[in-house]
Parts: sequence; structure tokens; C-alpha cells
Amino acid sequence: MVHEHRQAVSIEFCAVEKRYPGQESPAVECLSLEIPAGAICVLVGPSGCGKTTAMRMINRLIDPTSGDILLGGGSILDRKPAELRREIGYAIQQIGLFPHQTIAQNIATVPRLLGWPKDRIRARVDELLDLVGLDPGLVRERYPAQLSGGQRQRVGVARALAVDPPVLLMDEPFGAIDPITRERLQNEFLRLQAEIRKTIVFVTHDIDEALKMGDFVAVMKQGGRLAQYAPPAELLMEPADEFVEQFVGADRALKRLALQRVRDIDLWTAVHVRAGEPAAAARSRLADADLDRPLLVDDEGRPLGWLRAEDLSGAVVPDRAPSPNVTVESDDVLRDALADLLMDESHYAAVVDADGRAVGVLSIEVIGHALGTPVPDPSDVAFSG
Amino acid sequence: MRSLLLAQTQIRERTGTGCVAENGFCPDWIAENFDKYWSPLAEHVFLTVVSVGIGFAIAFSLALLAHRRRWLTGPIIGVTGALYTVPSVAAFFLLLPITGRGNLTAIVALTAYTLLILFRNITTGLRNVPEDARDAARGMGLTDRQVLWRVELPLSTPEILAGVRIAFTTTVGLATLAFFAGGGGLGEQIYSSKAGTGGIFFQSNVVVAGGLAVLLAAVGDLLILGFQRLALPWRRVAT
Repeated sequence: MVHEHRQAVSIEFCAVEKRYPGQESPAVECLSLEIPAGAICVLVGPSGCGKTTAMRMINRLIDPTSGDILLGGGSILDRKPAELRREIGYAIQQIGLFPHQTIAQNIATVPRLLGWPKDRIRARVDELLDLVGLDPGLVRERYPAQLSGGQRQRVGVARALAVDPPVLLMDEPFGAIDPITRERLQNEFLRLQAEIRKTIVFVTHDIDEALKMGDFVAVMKQGGRLAQYAPPAELLMEPADEFVEQFVGADRALKRLALQRVRDIDLWTAVHVRAGEPAAAARSRLADADLDRPLLVDDEGRPLGWLRAEDLSGAVVPDRAPSPNVTVESDDVLRDALADLLMDESHYAAVVDADGRAVGVLSIEVIGHALGTPVPDPSDVAFSG
Repeated sequence: MRSLLLAQTQIRERTGTGCVAENGFCPDWIAENFDKYWSPLAEHVFLTVVSVGIGFAIAFSLALLAHRRRWLTGPIIGVTGALYTVPSVAAFFLLLPITGRGNLTAIVALTAYTLLILFRNITTGLRNVPEDARDAARGMGLTDRQVLWRVELPLSTPEILAGVRIAFTTTVGLATLAFFAGGGGLGEQIYSSKAGTGGIFFQSNVVVAGGLAVLLAAVGDLLILGFQRLALPWRRVAT
């Protein structure tokens, strides 16, 4: 098992330009920015702004016309392309799994290139499938055609991480997925990154995704020019020019909701009751709680529904709740959590952790209360490696 | 002309009445003379397999060449296409002064016919490899050569094998004409009276010889198809 992960490296663009012969404006113009090790940098902008070109220059799929890119201080132009790419994870929108190979063989592509022994490869494949939330036993001998879109996307990420590269390039990796699965994959990916801490360059055209996923966001405009490079908070509160302001959207204030997560704010607590418990004890606990309604949970602590006060009038707690509940994950950004609340016309939502256990209650009042406290000043948000 | 007349007299002399004399379909005669077809059949298989084999080797090399230098595709299709349109018997006669009578002439001409089909199918197979698989392969660090052998060619195999099947069955048919180049094979049984099976005017002979050719084509086709099913499990998988 690989417990320690390889040290992430910084990436620096130094006045990188890409011009194609016969075209008037450059694809990328004088791009300079620095991405600290272990950070997610999102390149975002309208179609044709050069964000994908910029990303593909990092692993030399495209070579810059002028300028240089430094990986951990060393120039990429000094390395042979194929060799360089084996140290950089690469995940694209259409995923590009090899149809003629099993999932295990797909993930083992780069390890095999590097000559890893078979046992090590097998162990690593199982470890990676686990990491991305797939059951190795079920999936490793299947072919890509037998998997769903979401599963294939996870395999794509697993394959990119195969040799534990210090850098990961992702080109709209969640673009081809339905919105519900996408949200889940985004959250899982962020949880993963908290664990593995790679330097990630992430390309997207969706500003909301950029604000949610990025530690740093590079907004690019037509002609491959960098409009602004800053953490999401700064982008929202101090856009550099009119283009950035428009691109981020007129609802900048609401977008602040994308910067905080449910787990970051103070939640209400609800009384958790289990089926079959004596109702009298539950009623007395209710008296001291924030909320006057108890939450029915199962043996694992997972929420089953909200009960009304009158449901506790019997001798024991019933095993069924009158209405199903809305749940939000503690890793969700406030924007997504609020959307779920509003969609269901619920007043309250149970907040669950990564294992599905109820850890608190969210409501519009809770969010409003949390927003009353100002978002921290960008200069206070020191990036911690 | 004289040998033809001789043959007919021979047949008539054999039996005055009965199936053979009346030139019908004669199971008795077939059973008695079947062993005369084995050696020509073997020769026929040899001609076909060798021609398709050499044709494949040439077409494959040409396809790899054209894969890296796209502009070569047009000219290669032009040349192989021209070879394809030359009528086979004419081709044999054109080659005779160079390669003489016999199997060599037949093989050269038969090989030339397979080139267009095989080249086309191999090239199309390579072109139809999904672009995202190719991009992912390069992005992960496979060299161009590795991308070709580990990703592009395996994914082209169905198309390539389809080409081999077509080439095989057409070559079986054309190889019956190898007789006119002085080569062997079932063609000799069909056309020649000297082969001792009665020549082209004897219906039973033509049915057996022709039937064996058809059978050979069908068996070859099925064998290649069977191989494809076994060797490509990823194609058997339902979505």
C-alpha cells in the first residue's frame, strides 16, 4: 500500500506563447503564472481562449512557440516528451479508455511502461479502484463498454494516478457527466485531493466549477490572454476588469455561497432517535434541542426522516417517518446545499458526513446566519501546503 | 481441340450407357474418383494461403507507411487499384515471359489482387481508431510506436480481419484460373481433360471441383471468423 505520496511540485509558466502559422492572433499570448505545489489551479474561460492549449503545453502534447514551463524548477523542454508524460497524470473529457483492454489493464498502462513487477501492478490497481470508489472485484476484469459514464470517469482518474505522479492534468474531466453525478464526483475528487495533495491543473468552461474546485483560478480571454489569476474569493470581490466581472456573472454575491462548505459553518443540532426507543426519553431530549422535531436514524446513524412531535406520543419511537428527508453532504458547498433545500421546499435538511451519518441540520436560517459573518479577507487566506 | 475430342471419346468408350455417358450427376463415379481431387485441393490451398500471406505482408507494410505519411495513401490506392482491374487471365499471360509457366506466375498475380482490399481495410481500421483513445495514449507517455502497436493496431483488428476474409474468399475463386498460368489447383480438374477426371464438359467433375472450391472458401471464412471471436473478447461484450 502506498501511504506516503510523492512530493507534489510547483508549475510555472514563463511568458509562454503559442502561435499557429497562418493565424493572426496567438492561441496563447505571453502567459505567466505560478502554481504552488499541492494546489489546484483551474484554467477557465470561453471557447477558444487557449486554456486547453495551455494545459497541453505542460506535458508537451503541444510545444510552446516561445517561453518555457518549469516543473519543480526544471524546464520541460529539457525532457523527452514521452518520458515527461509518464510522470504527469492525464485525464480528458472523453476519458479515452482503451476499449480492447480490461479496466485493470487500462489502469496498468503506465506502470507496465515503467516495468513494474506484476504483483505491484495488481496491488496498485486494486488500491486505485478503491480510492476512486469502485469495487475492484466487480470492475477490474470488465471492459470499458460495460461501465457507466460515471464509472468510466472514475477509472480515468484512477488511470491518471497510477504511478502516483506529482502533477495531474485534467481537461473538463466532469464535462461529459450528468449534473447530479458531476456534483458527487466533484465532492469526492476534492476529498481525494485533501488526501493525496497533487498539483492539479484543471480546465473547465464552467465558472461555478472553477470557483468550487480551484485554490487558484486563471481566467483567460480570447486570444489566449490571462485576464486574472487569483484565489476564488478575490475573483468574486475584486475582479480585475470588465471581462472578468462579466464572466464571473452578475450574481457574484450569490456565488460567494460557493466558497464555503456546509462543514465550515455552525449547524443546528437535532435530536436523533432510533426506532423502538422509549418515547418518553426522546421527548425530554427534545426540550433542550435547537430544533423541535426529532430526526429518525437507523442503527448506523443514517437519517431516515423527520418525525413530528405527535409521533412521539406513543410508548416507543415509530420505525417510519411520515415524509422522506432531504440530505446534504457536509462537503457540499453552500450554493449546492441551498439549491437542494429550495428544490425540495423543505425547511430543514439533515447534513451527513462521508459515511452517510447525520451530523447536523441545515436550513435557510442557518445559511443566512453564516453569511452574516463576512467571508475572510483574501490576504488572510494563506495557501497551506 | 484434339485432346477435347479424345476425352469425349474416352468417356463414351468407358460405358456405352449409364450416368456417365449421359453426362449427368453421378454419385458412383464421384465416389470412385474422389481421391483424384485431394492433391489438387491441397495445391489450391497452398496457392491461396501463400498469395494472401504475401499480399498481407506487403499491404501491411504499405499501410504502416501511409499511416505516418498520409499523402502516400492516394498513390498506393491508385497502384493497387490498377493491379486489381487487370483481368486475371490477361495478367497471367503478361507475366508468362517473365516468370514462366507454373505456380510462381499464379502466385504473383493472385498476390497483386489481394493488395487493394487488404491495404484499404488496414488503413481504414487505423483511421477509425477513436481519437480520444489515441490522445489519452500519447498523453500518458506512449511513444508513437507504442501507440501504434499497443492501441491502434489492436483496435483495428476487426477491420483488418474482415479484409483478410474477403481477400481469402476472392483468392480461392481466382485461383481456379491458375491453370491458365500453368499452375495447379482445382482449376486443372475443372478445365483440363488431361487431369483424368473428364474435363470441363463432364458435369460431375465440374460440380465436385467447383464444389470443393466453394467449400474451401467457406471453411476459410469461418475459420478466420472463429479466430476473430476467440481472440477479441472485447468485441463480444454487450454495452
